[in-house]
Amino acid sequence: MVSRVPFYTTVAILIITGLSLAMMRHLQLGIPFWPGEQKQAWLIEARVDFVSFDQPVLASLKLPHNPPGFTLLNEVAASPGYGFAIIEHDGQRRGEWSKNQANGQQTLYYKAQLIPDKNTLETTTEPRPLARQVLWSDAEAIAASDILTQARSKSSSAESLTRELLRLLRNPEPGQNTALLLTNHSIASALDKLLNQAGIPTRVSVGLYLEDARRRQGLTQMVEIYTDDRWLAFDPQTGFQGLPENLLLWQRGGDSLLDVVGGQNSRVSFSMIEQTLPSIELAQSQFAGQGLSWLGVHTLPIEEQSMFKLLFLLPLGAMVVVFMRIIIGLKTSGTFMPILIALAFLQTSLGLGLISFISIVAMGLIIRTWLSRLNLLLVSRIATLVVLVVFLVSLLSLVGYQLGFSTGMTITFFPMIIIAWTIERMSILWEEEGPKEVLIQGGGSLLVAVFAYLIMQLPLSGHLTFNFPELNLVILAVIMLMGQYTGYKLSELRRFRAMLEQR
Amino acid sequence: MRWASPFKLYKAGILGMNCRNVDFIGRYNLRRFYPLVDDKLKTKLLAEEYGVATPALISVVRTQHEISHVEERLMALQSFAIKPSRGSGGKGILVITGRRDDYFVKSSGTEITLEDIKRHLTNTLAGLYSLRGNPDVAIIEDLIEFDDTFEGYSYEGVPDIRIIVFRGYPVMAMLRLATHSSDGKANLHQGAVGVGLDIATGRSLKAVQFAVPIERHPDTGKPLIDMEIPDWENMLLLASRCYEMSNLGYIGTDIVLDKSRGAQLLELNARPGLSIQVANGRGLLPRLRHIERIRKPHKTAEERVAYAMQTFSASGL
Repeated sequence: MVSRVPFYTTVAILIITGLSLAMMRHLQLGIPFWPGEQKQAWLIEARVDFVSFDQPVLASLKLPHNPPGFTLLNEVAASPGYGFAIIEHDGQRRGEWSKNQANGQQTLYYKAQLIPDKNTLETTTEPRPLARQVLWSDAEAIAASDILTQARSKSSSAESLTRELLRLLRNPEPGQNTALLLTNHSIASALDKLLNQAGIPTRVSVGLYLEDARRRQGLTQMVEIYTDDRWLAFDPQTGFQGLPENLLLWQRGGDSLLDVVGGQNSRVSFSMIEQTLPSIELAQSQFAGQGLSWLGVHTLPIEEQSMFKLLFLLPLGAMVVVFMRIIIGLKTSGTFMPILIALAFLQTSLGLGLISFISIVAMGLIIRTWLSRLNLLLVSRIATLVVLVVFLVSLLSLVGYQLGFSTGMTITFFPMIIIAWTIERMSILWEEEGPKEVLIQGGGSLLVAVFAYLIMQLPLSGHLTFNFPELNLVILAVIMLMGQYTGYKLSELRRFRAMLEQR
Repeated sequence: MRWASPFKLYKAGILGMNCRNVDFIGRYNLRRFYPLVDDKLKTKLLAEEYGVATPALISVVRTQHEISHVEERLMALQSFAIKPSRGSGGKGILVITGRRDDYFVKSSGTEITLEDIKRHLTNTLAGLYSLRGNPDVAIIEDLIEFDDTFEGYSYEGVPDIRIIVFRGYPVMAMLRLATHSSDGKANLHQGAVGVGLDIATGRSLKAVQFAVPIERHPDTGKPLIDMEIPDWENMLLLASRCYEMSNLGYIGTDIVLDKSRGAQLLELNARPGLSIQVANGRGLLPRLRHIERIRKPHKTAEERVAYAMQTFSASGL
């Protein structure tokens, strides 16, 4: 007896490989398992306005760089007549517009598409920053050290010190010391200076609260402190610690947000809208060329992709045929003819496909009866049928077109050679076994084709087979398993029922 | 009861198609030996080599131009059978039982011309009846003059006996009688009558047509109960010898009884059908499993036949 162990091992390996590859690609590349899954994305537009008088212009805007909690999907700059470049330097990104001669009101746009992404972790590769030297006026210096002493007495770490300082600075009834500091400083810059004086490295970042359909959204200053090898953000206005989910850190520390050389009255304003994008498109553009993405067929030109789309459906159709024949026991004319018909149905739509297929085969059968009288050799008879089928199909298309069915042309998707062979087989079957067998086998083929079509046209099947081609390994395993099925076919339960009755 | 329960079927020992294909054909029939049985010409030549009786070969038509050569030969013959060498399911077998002037009389009584026969030969050579549409060879052989025992039992065509031989042991047998609705063909699904035969005695057990039990032949009205096949043991021996000849573990042997020449092997089938179970009213599975369990198979056909006749009686397994 042949050992079944290698067989089942192979099947198990196929299933595990298929499923785990699919799972990995799902997790790593974010390809969704369900078609039509939507993801939230933000389209943010930064608009730079300034006036220039016949001067060479260089405008430089700080751009977001790996903002925590977001992934930059794409960015464009639209400004007529300007050259644009993105310059990366010291972990900072700036967009630079330049023009030789600009006159009058100038408007520059920068658009970025970002998707919220909780997995974007803060990466601090930079060396540990140092606290800056702080300069106060004499009176301020005394007030500052008083406040610091007061805050230190109630805190144990950099984090709690910051919280305590914020509480003091935001006190609605400020004491003398805080009032003094806040006359010349904003809460943010006062906090920044106090912390540096306490020896805690900080930076002042600029964030943008994302709210749908907001125009001229103001920027929010955030104070970040460096402690325990990471940056912690505080909102000096609200006193909250940490980054709110809808806050995009546009600029982190560093120099100015906007520099315009050769222009005046420059300002930058932000507007934004929330978008929903199909996750599948996001996954494609976001992870192109990363990790396991080479396994997908998205890298191919569109034309090849659409071919693969059909090709990857074939295993599913083959599985349906195997199931129908082995488990159900349906008779079909030609083993895999039903898949080809089903593929044709995918192009023509079911109703039209069925009508045209049946009418072509019926007409072909009539012609074939006449052909059989001519006593032709087999090959030439089939070839004659092929030519006649081509004529029939063209005729049907033309008639359909004249009748106003724009879909008339799609009949040409039927595989002519297969149809010719089907007609030949059906005709022989008719002569030898009678019309009943023709109906059984022809009907069986059509039934299987319709089933295969119904399964293949499901958006989920198309989506899964195309985006996770490795799932076809699972289909392969199922087909192999069915090849080892030794139980009864459903049709045999009827075929042999008389034997049980007689007992 | 419109559907049988699969568990009851299994309990009754009925062999299903999937089980037959995987457990018996797949396991005991080596692919490389298939051509010997799929090609009737090869089977015939092999049978002659092994001394297994088969109908005499009149002529072989291999190419289109040879058709005109056999014309004269055919005109001189009263009766003959034309078979595609690699036909399947009884397709393309033309049986001429007599002559009327220049016309040839088919077993169904229809008269056809020499032109019709030539077209049939052309079709056969082109592969119309062969398994995959491959070009084929046509065999013209002696028509069996069937034994008087079967007089009135077969409406048209030759009554033949199908014996399933597993590892050389005949396990189940049936007599197939052509009817008017089967157009002289002996396939049960085409409407032939199947008569189950007791391996031990060669007596009929029951008869079915289209899976329905019958007692008389639908066309001739002859009673089908209490038939006995003459020379039964020799027939089993002939079937059993086909195992050594073909090297196939699970085969269906089609045997006819000729008036003068006795049991003759018509053809072998590497994928014998399952309806023999219906004709016998019992499942193949217990007998096949029994043979499978035999550790030391008997060496000679005589021993195997004796063992089978003893084990597979109507009242036994």
